[in-house]
Amino acid sequence: MSPAISETISTKIWDESAEPDNPFAAASCYCSGFDVYGDLLKNASYIDYLYLLFKLEPPNKKQSMLLEGLAIALANLGPRNHAVRAAMNAGVGGSTHASALIAAISVGAGNLGGAREVFYGVQYWEACGCEIKIWRDLIANPPQQARLDVWLPMEHTPGFDPNGVSCPTPVIQTLEHLADIGAAKHLKWLLDNRTALESAVGYPLAFSGVAAAAFYDLELQPEQAEMLFMLLRLPGAAVHALEQEKLGWRKYPFFSKGFKVTE
Amino acid sequence: MTDHSKLEKYEDNWQTSMGGWFPGEKVLLRGKNVFTELNQKSWMEYLLFAVTGRESEKIARLMEGMWVICTSFPDPRIWNNRVSALAGTARSTGALAAAASVAVTEATIFGLKPIKGATDFFYRLGDCIEQGQSLESVVRSELKQHRSVFGYGRPLINEDERIAPMMDFARSIGCGNGRYIKLAYEVENFFIHSRLKYRMNIAAVCAALLADEGLTPSDFYHMATLAFTAGAMPCFIDAESQPEGALFPLRVSRIHFVGDRQTRQWRN
Repeated sequence: MSPAISETISTKIWDESAEPDNPFAAASCYCSGFDVYGDLLKNASYIDYLYLLFKLEPPNKKQSMLLEGLAIALANLGPRNHAVRAAMNAGVGGSTHASALIAAISVGAGNLGGAREVFYGVQYWEACGCEIKIWRDLIANPPQQARLDVWLPMEHTPGFDPNGVSCPTPVIQTLEHLADIGAAKHLKWLLDNRTALESAVGYPLAFSGVAAAAFYDLELQPEQAEMLFMLLRLPGAAVHALEQEKLGWRKYPFFSKGFKVTE
Repeated sequence: MTDHSKLEKYEDNWQTSMGGWFPGEKVLLRGKNVFTELNQKSWMEYLLFAVTGRESEKIARLMEGMWVICTSFPDPRIWNNRVSALAGTARSTGALAAAASVAVTEATIFGLKPIKGATDFFYRLGDCIEQGQSLESVVRSELKQHRSVFGYGRPLINEDERIAPMMDFARSIGCGNGRYIKLAYEVENFFIHSRLKYRMNIAAVCAALLADEGLTPSDFYHMATLAFTAGAMPCFIDAESQPEGALFPLRVSRIHFVGDRQTRQWRN
């Protein structure tokens, strides 16, 4: 390195050594002490490596099962999901494939069923734990923004669906499965107290609420949970965008008769 | 809980006064015909009308001056621009570069959060002063609660070279003497004489100038969202026209590992 160059990237996650013939190519890469291409590649599952990247420690068996279950539940929320719809709009117009994922992330980042909701959801767990009285107080008196932010204030209790009627079966199935794994104190408590919380909120639990509890059981920070929630939902967005790209805009809703301009 | 979803009444039913496309006939924006009533507008006047519903050559001109003078430095070291430059060096597309740079511009230490936050602060400051509080007490309270005041202080350098040319431009079109821009300078005066020594940055100046024209924090935020693209795009073009991967390459030794160096073996 030239002596004049002193700026570096500090990281606890990643270490590299250089190839002898090229200082710009890595000969070995270590993630939190594990040889990525000499060891993890052969011995770790993708889910375990994902956990390691975020936590810098390998998961135990139950943590691994919990993250894997959550990843399967979130991988595709179906073509009616806002984020997946965003991706499909890129698909039908023949936009770049990257734009489909950007669209899915942008739309799936928000306060309604999105990653920001999960961020707040984990904060609710941090504040309330397994105390129903504290949950009820927070639901009745949600935190207020002291100054304006680029994010709009929450318009509903995070983790619950303000447009829901009763808790959808897939949400309950996911909650039951994840709570049953055994590493999930808060998911178990959520399963036992779901209807009490729903009564206090006035509308049912959503996938975002199950995800927030799962991330909290995995001891992830709110911002880590926000990132992972975006990441884990991308497969569905990708495949639905690709499918609609093939089918084209003529076979995709334009809402021709559903749009009315009131002058 | 209800027996029916609240969404049913919206199914195939989006009613809006914002406007829309009438295929083969016309386009309406906020009740005005784009082809016959808005066709002589500049793009900035059109954007102002789209965002706020207001028609004002003066505000559009002020906003345009802000875009030119304050928001689009063609420097790939600036973080949002660097994203476009990286897209160029990695041979991605211009639109993807711009989309990423716009998204990254929604930052805390520069860009859209200070823009929205500073406008919000000046309105709250003005209200508090009207209710009898002193400027000093409001600023101290803001600092105590948030440890910062949007529009004051700047990464890398304290003084902001954009303020003088921006104020010159604002005055040249009849702006720059309103209540909020005066408050902005009073807040700077408070900071200069405090131990923090913060100087005002351009977000405060632009926010105050636009607050004096009656723009809300959201108005300014929406108007400014695309403002930074004229800085990002030249960075993309520059990087795209130079050899692949040539933008600030990092050798392995530039990674400074600060974790535990002990090698571990994966166990299933």
